[in-house]
Amino acid sequence: MKAVIVGCGRVGAGLADELDRAGWQVLIIDLVTHAFDRLPAAFGGTALRGDGTDEDTLRRAGADGADLFLALTEGDNRNIMAAQLAVEVLHAGKTVAKINDPVRAEAYAHLGIATMCRTNLMTTAVLGFLGQAVPERPGIYLPQQPRTHVAGASGAAGAAAIPAATEA
Amino acid sequence: MFVLVVGGGKVGYYLTKELISSGHEVALMEKSSGRAEQIRDEIGSVVIAQDGCEGKYLHEAGANRADIVAAVTGDDEDNLVICQMAKHHFDVRRTIARVNNPKNEALFRHLGVDEIISPTRMILGSIEQDIPVHELLHLAALGVGELEIIEAHLQPGSPAIGKVAMDLRMPKGCSLFGVIRGGTPTPLRGDTVLAEGDKVIAIGRPDCEVELREQLIGEPAEV
Repeated sequence: MKAVIVGCGRVGAGLADELDRAGWQVLIIDLVTHAFDRLPAAFGGTALRGDGTDEDTLRRAGADGADLFLALTEGDNRNIMAAQLAVEVLHAGKTVAKINDPVRAEAYAHLGIATMCRTNLMTTAVLGFLGQAVPERPGIYLPQQPRTHVAGASGAAGAAAIPAATEA
Repeated sequence: MFVLVVGGGKVGYYLTKELISSGHEVALMEKSSGRAEQIRDEIGSVVIAQDGCEGKYLHEAGANRADIVAAVTGDDEDNLVICQMAKHHFDVRRTIARVNNPKNEALFRHLGVDEIISPTRMILGSIEQDIPVHELLHLAALGVGELEIIEAHLQPGSPAIGKVAMDLRMPKGCSLFGVIRGGTPTPLRGDTVLAEGDKVIAIGRPDCEVELREQLIGEPAEV
């Protein structure tokens, strides 16, 4: 099973290590080489310096047809674009984009991408820790509709239905 | 016409100025507050110092009543997200994105962006026009980019030389409509005999190119 991870931060590096140990073929991409210092010495996958939103880079790295694609950089839009490239062009299997803006996280789930929202995850965790009521905001938004979405799918919900954004 | 411009770099700045002077209603979103202030001093209160990638701020800027959203920041990924949010969440009729990496054009189009402007591609096209190549030249994209205007320069070795136009086997979805000979454009008729040096102008879908090249360019001649 092939996994591609874009962004070698703490989460990216941690997941790369875990998946590598579990027997996955792991490829991790980051714009800066020193990000790979986060990987353990025993990491058996491939670490590649490059732009994970660049189709050529992803293809050269062998990201075509990955079973799992995780977009985990610090930039919401970079993650969105990398994930859409993975799904639409590289025909990746399970694809998750980290999107810290809850509005975009929900919006892109409606466009057919699984999204993960750190803002919601942390808000929920802290409120839970305090024993307060937790608003219903999922940490991972599952894709709401098949990926045939794109052209012509209209925001049926309209602007009014977009929840107010919270600062990350 | 209400146009929402996102990205206050050189392109966004001049675009906004031009739109205002031609009497349109414009709002310009620029996330850097310093840059936003600088532009506001010059062209007034149409500048909004917020990130146009965020749904909340797009809403506040009036995206839901915009006729056109033009995403002209320097980052392809931002421009994609701005257009997708505009299209799918604010029902904006027409979205325009600036694209730097020409490879992204197809993806953006596929993901629903209505119009894609690629400075890289335009400059490349302009350079290619000055270089004799045994290739097809892309002159322009039509409509939402499903059709292209293509020029084929018939050079020695072209299998089309000496043939009448109606004998050429044209791929489906592609049509020859003109020829430029000695600098003079003429419509291409079925009985036009093609000659070396002719520039044949075709309109067709991008997937016709392989066959079009076979018919009009052939193998490059030895130089």
